[in-house]
Amino acid sequence: MALTETPMQAEKAQTIYEKSKPGRRAAALPAAEVPEKPLAELIPENLLRAEPPRLPEIAEPEIVRHYNRLSRRNFDLDSGFYPLGSCTMKHNPRLNERVAALPGHARLHPAQDPRRAQGALELMWLLQESLSEICGLPHVSLQPSAGSHGELAGLLLTRAYHADRGEERTKVLAPDTSHGTNPASVTMAGYEVVKVSTDGVGGVEMSDLRAKLAENEGEVACLMLTNPNTLGVFDENIAEIASLIHEAGGTLYYDGANLNAVMGHSRPGDMGFDIVHVNLHKSFSQPHGGGGPGAGPIAVSDRIEPFLPRPQVVRREGSNGHGPSFDLDFERPKSIGRLRGFQGNFGVFVRSYAYILSLGGDGLAEASETAVLNANYLKARMAEGRAGERLPIAFERHCMHEFVLSGKPMKRDLGLATLDLAKRLLDFGFHPPTVYFPLLVDEALMVEPTETETKESLDAFAEAIEKILAEAETDPELARNAPYTTPVRRLDEVKATRQPVVRQQFG
Amino acid sequence: MTRYTSATPDDRREMLDAIGVSSVDELFEQIPEALRLGRPLALPDGMGEAEVYERLAALAQRNADAEEEVCFVGAGMYDHYVPAIVDAITSRSEFLTPYTPYQPEISQGGLQVMFEFQTAMSELTALPVSSAGLYEGPSSVASAGYLAMGATKRHKFVVSRGVHPHSRETLRTYSIGYGAEVVEVGLEGGLTDAAALAGAVDGETAAVFLQSPNFLGAVEDVEALGAAAKEHGALLIVACDPMTLGILKPPGECGADIALGEGQPLGNRLDFGGPSFGFFCATEAQIRRMPGRIAGETEDVDGRRGFVLALQTREQHIRREKATNNICTAQALNALGAMVHLAWLGREGFRELGELLVRRTAYARERLAAVGGVELLHEASVAREFAVRLDAPVGRVLDRLAERGIAAGYPLGREYPELEDGLLVAITERRTKAQIDELAEALAAAVAAEREGVAA
Repeated sequence: MALTETPMQAEKAQTIYEKSKPGRRAAALPAAEVPEKPLAELIPENLLRAEPPRLPEIAEPEIVRHYNRLSRRNFDLDSGFYPLGSCTMKHNPRLNERVAALPGHARLHPAQDPRRAQGALELMWLLQESLSEICGLPHVSLQPSAGSHGELAGLLLTRAYHADRGEERTKVLAPDTSHGTNPASVTMAGYEVVKVSTDGVGGVEMSDLRAKLAENEGEVACLMLTNPNTLGVFDENIAEIASLIHEAGGTLYYDGANLNAVMGHSRPGDMGFDIVHVNLHKSFSQPHGGGGPGAGPIAVSDRIEPFLPRPQVVRREGSNGHGPSFDLDFERPKSIGRLRGFQGNFGVFVRSYAYILSLGGDGLAEASETAVLNANYLKARMAEGRAGERLPIAFERHCMHEFVLSGKPMKRDLGLATLDLAKRLLDFGFHPPTVYFPLLVDEALMVEPTETETKESLDAFAEAIEKILAEAETDPELARNAPYTTPVRRLDEVKATRQPVVRQQFG
Repeated sequence: MTRYTSATPDDRREMLDAIGVSSVDELFEQIPEALRLGRPLALPDGMGEAEVYERLAALAQRNADAEEEVCFVGAGMYDHYVPAIVDAITSRSEFLTPYTPYQPEISQGGLQVMFEFQTAMSELTALPVSSAGLYEGPSSVASAGYLAMGATKRHKFVVSRGVHPHSRETLRTYSIGYGAEVVEVGLEGGLTDAAALAGAVDGETAAVFLQSPNFLGAVEDVEALGAAAKEHGALLIVACDPMTLGILKPPGECGADIALGEGQPLGNRLDFGGPSFGFFCATEAQIRRMPGRIAGETEDVDGRRGFVLALQTREQHIRREKATNNICTAQALNALGAMVHLAWLGREGFRELGELLVRRTAYARERLAAVGGVELLHEASVAREFAVRLDAPVGRVLDRLAERGIAAGYPLGREYPELEDGLLVAITERRTKAQIDELAEALAAAVAAEREGVAA
């Protein structure tokens, strides 16, 4: 591979601070219009700032160019296939952006009197009702800000539920394949994690579950699961798992990261889950924004309801010919309290509700169906040719919305690590799958195509993998040194952690 | 076929053949029959784009927003003008639609934005380390509590009642989980009661939480109050309003170990409360305990400057149960909005805006205090928000003002039972002198009408 620098690589990365020049500015502010008293007459001098923060000095045209230039140094979902496992990178409808930006939504103050925010509260109530139906659980709180926040909420609800029964439990079970947020949330909620091992198809190992329940009798507060699991396989034992946990007095928590597989087909509530979080930025099309914002509403069963965060959005029946009205209910004596300010990420609720209205019940079921079809098709393509040989599927059976491959033979036979394959994919214009997760699969690649991809994109991805494996047979160095065409090439991540430079250094 | 999927009947046939099944239903057979829904979801059928738009526009119509009311409500979120370039840049696909930058070679744009944002927040707070952003204000306060427990191995928090009520409540919610005790200290003359604070802090205290300006708008002497924390080896955690940091002494120069807060005033719209972002800055000593993503500068194999997620060994996807926080998806796009807004304001504009807020607020405070039946709730210095007492039922006065198209402020009785007659009034650069004069006049009329028992 000829190492000619691309024009973007040749561009020197400059921060906005490095483009700053004293005396330049963009903002034109309104005149004060009121007496311009010296600041020190209004606020004691010792509480005032001596030197202003060193923000950039730069005019508007150059701010726009700077961030446009930076934007071109990002790969994004609108540019190409983004099969990042467990992240559900589905299309982000622009209609949703338009309705979220309506002034009635975007400029509505969160402390507005509920009587003058009826549209917003009704929208929240309608979204609660929709999520309740999709999850098969009767009550919803929209408050948590993301999936991990929903997990923390679920664990605090579990704690409150047990405390209300006069019990104090200390342990939370989670499979060794769980998302990293699960054990991190467990610790934050003051519990200890007990790992449960995984069976031959990625499900909960029933004998280990029984053993862990017996060893920790009376101490297990909760089991956190995702179903389909992180290997993309539906755990057929879920009904039995639910009854074991419930008999042991624990709650069953559903990590909704994989809900996109089962919408309109199977509901966590019907599987026996007590608490579910839903990632609106995964299944319900909120754009990921390069790492947020998202939202992580929770749906819960009757026995958990009294403990939901406050305030709750409620619908009150009308009387004397008036229609129903909507309100914020703060009178919840058993509530765990707030998890954040105000009512939650309302802008995300608008987008997700628009998405639910667009698709409807039928469309959501079809979305899951197509997600599963796309995943199985790509899995079938990956079983062909070189990929079939070098990148075998971790568990041989139909998958749901995602599947996991193992790069172990590729590493053994070609000396190519999963990371090398991922980096080489960048040169082919694809975002790589999730790599090295779940941990129990060697050299794992977790692939989630989503329903919004075409068959052509799936074929092109399979062909790119085939090509990379073929070129590696003659020249494995090519992938080991990839990528070549990206704005920068492989970066020294160790340096960034050992000697962290986390802000601009001013001369 | 929904509008967002592409699989035609022919595609489906070919794909099913390749999989080796005759229908999609076969793929769902791994779900035990008893757990299959077996009926359509009880939700309306899908709608066309125009219909969805109309439906949501009709809901939006039923909200009184700051476009149709003159908004003097603050209490943590403010009706600032968000410059047009913020929308233009944050709506670009390249920023709007990627995931967290796990592949740095194709995420340099987002990573550099994080680095620039961290720098800006470090500058604002005068603390050397900044996270790339947390969910929002109150949960950032709770995350700071978790950090303080880890750093000090102590379990008690001393919190001023000047800290936003939502922050105090969120801190209590989290504290029940991670096992901390929360002790509140009251206010005197609008400011944290210094003697009570000093009395509450002891050798068991993990952190002291202050807010400046506090919830009643008063500028606290953080340095003086923080001495109690220093004396007992507790962390000093200061919540602040970023819009005031161009003029107020930054927390980092007042001895704060952590400065954090609600980021909404910077480049984010009101959105009925979110999404916005939380900022979180700390001393060098806390860098390996920080919550959230942090971007760092490094080089690629050819020596080109580049950016990556640094210090990932703090985070959940690596450390699992030993992570310093569980946060994953946060608010990258909102932090970008803040960065663009700050660049637009620039070094001079940011300070000027702060001065404008202080002067207009002083003017509004003077005008309102001169109204019959209205008096100042406290005399402490304020920056952009102040509190008054009304000699008339606050709720009824607010209703009268709403009829005149004015959202006059935040009724303090909602969160402070002892301040049932209190009203919190916020000023932004959008609130003109004419609007302030109109507020004073309308408030005078409403209070007078209530006192005279005139029917609304």
